[in-house]
Amino acid sequence: MNTKSNTVKKLTELAKTIRSKNAGTDKITFDIIFRESETYELVKRAQVLTRKTVADILSIDEGRITDFVEYDPAYAIKFTILRPRPSGCAGDPDIFGSQQYAPFLDVEVDLTA
Amino acid sequence: MSSIRIICPNGHLGFAPMMTGSFELGVAGKPDFIAADSGSDDIGPVPLGHDVCASPRAWQEHDLEHMLLAARKLGVPMLIGSAGDTGTNSRVDMYVEIIRGLAGKHDLPPFRLGWFYSEVSKEYVRGKIRSGSAVKGLDARSDLTESELDATDRIVAMAGVHPFLKLLEEGCDVIIGGRCSDSAIFASAALFKGHGEAQAYYLGKVLECASFCAEPYGAKETVEGTIEGDKVLVTAMAPYQRCTVASVAGHAMYERSNPFHEYVAGGLLDMTDCRYEQADDRTTSVSGMKFVPAEEFRVKLEGSGKVGERYVGIAGIRDPYTIANIDKVIEWARGQTEARFGKDGWELHYTVYGRDGVMGPMEPNRDKPAHELAIMVQGVAPTREMAEEVTVAGTRQLFYARLPEVKGSAGGVSFPLDEVLQATPAYRWTLNHTMAVDDPLELFPTHSAIIG
Repeated sequence: MNTKSNTVKKLTELAKTIRSKNAGTDKITFDIIFRESETYELVKRAQVLTRKTVADILSIDEGRITDFVEYDPAYAIKFTILRPRPSGCAGDPDIFGSQQYAPFLDVEVDLTA
Repeated sequence: MSSIRIICPNGHLGFAPMMTGSFELGVAGKPDFIAADSGSDDIGPVPLGHDVCASPRAWQEHDLEHMLLAARKLGVPMLIGSAGDTGTNSRVDMYVEIIRGLAGKHDLPPFRLGWFYSEVSKEYVRGKIRSGSAVKGLDARSDLTESELDATDRIVAMAGVHPFLKLLEEGCDVIIGGRCSDSAIFASAALFKGHGEAQAYYLGKVLECASFCAEPYGAKETVEGTIEGDKVLVTAMAPYQRCTVASVAGHAMYERSNPFHEYVAGGLLDMTDCRYEQADDRTTSVSGMKFVPAEEFRVKLEGSGKVGERYVGIAGIRDPYTIANIDKVIEWARGQTEARFGKDGWELHYTVYGRDGVMGPMEPNRDKPAHELAIMVQGVAPTREMAEEVTVAGTRQLFYARLPEVKGSAGGVSFPLDEVLQATPAYRWTLNHTMAVDDPLELFPTHSAIIG
């Protein structure tokens, strides 16, 4: 049996909610929410979501990440980016910012971390 | 002090109709107020700039009718904020007219209707800049310049609790608000009843999106919020939903960059030390919130400015060689448009569905396009005639792109339509700023009248 399949899972298998949405006119905020404390702590420990990894996944400068918060009351990792241009400019394809989370579904988490 | 109960049936009244089943359950519990917010800057700058709704009038009337009839039957106040998606003066007038019409239609006994406006004139803002009171940028924006102000068509200020409180104190039974903080609508009711600011603003924060604070997911369902002493309790009214510690704590971070702080006109709601407990099966209790008054009274401004008239064209591509060279095809069409109109004074935007249409340059898979692409072309220019021609050129010239190895020499793209479609003009957010004011009411004139 492939050991990788036993010890590596995708974020979509571990999280309850993975979403993105406008935070005002100039930012998009991302919420990764877990059902229970153990999974939340495990993902935090694995360091797969940091300012650096988020910037790499979205091909943006780290400076565009305005907030990065581990929010214990909701077992959530939350980060916010500045949009390239304000929402709803001609050419902005996602006025609500609601479909920008998809690349985070596939982030791999090493369960042994 | 007695407790207060408020129900909220819809997190954005009009954007989609409320679910009436859970609303009726909420009304049966005899709440002290029925309240909802009807606006958002989520919808982009077009509705504000063009002064139109993003919601169908029938849906707005549907919710207003249910709320008005329930509130008048119970004899409790009904509060609406950010009327008609944007909270501009014309949207407030429209909601006032809808309420008058509904009162007549149902022959309601007389009641006092109050309303307030939130639009701010460009000259007022210019006066602030010239007097040396900087209009400060939010979210990495620089302070407002007069040239950016000149490029603005319409500005609304975000009211806090103050105009609602004034109208409640005047005895209004129904209040239609211009643009305001969502949480201020509910907070004003709690403050009016004598509750503390921390609990009042938290109640507003948790209720403003209705059932988004409940699980499982189901929008447009009614939730009920209660203040008892220093606790805020929130209960799902739909039988299939519950307000859990996870759903309520999770909602605190919705649509904001920081889950601990909520800024409103006049201060800051600090949720850092909030404690969440499951009170019963469908109810979560929250305590430990704090309110920190602001040292200087600053009001948030939203402004939208017209960029130009706009048309939209659509094209499809199936040839794998053309798909692999899509950027060259777009470059050709842009170049042909430039040859006709010169470099400046118009815009062409290409959204390439099947490659990176949703995420643009942030798309990790943009080097793995699908087997077919759809291209949405937007052309923007000062006049309708020019915008139409720019869009026709930017769309039709995709058909004539010259790729050296292409086999299909009878047309490089497919067209689902011969024409380009006129869209609402393009606008952009010009203001996301704050402005200092001396009096919390000075930007928000209030009015009231007896109806019926």
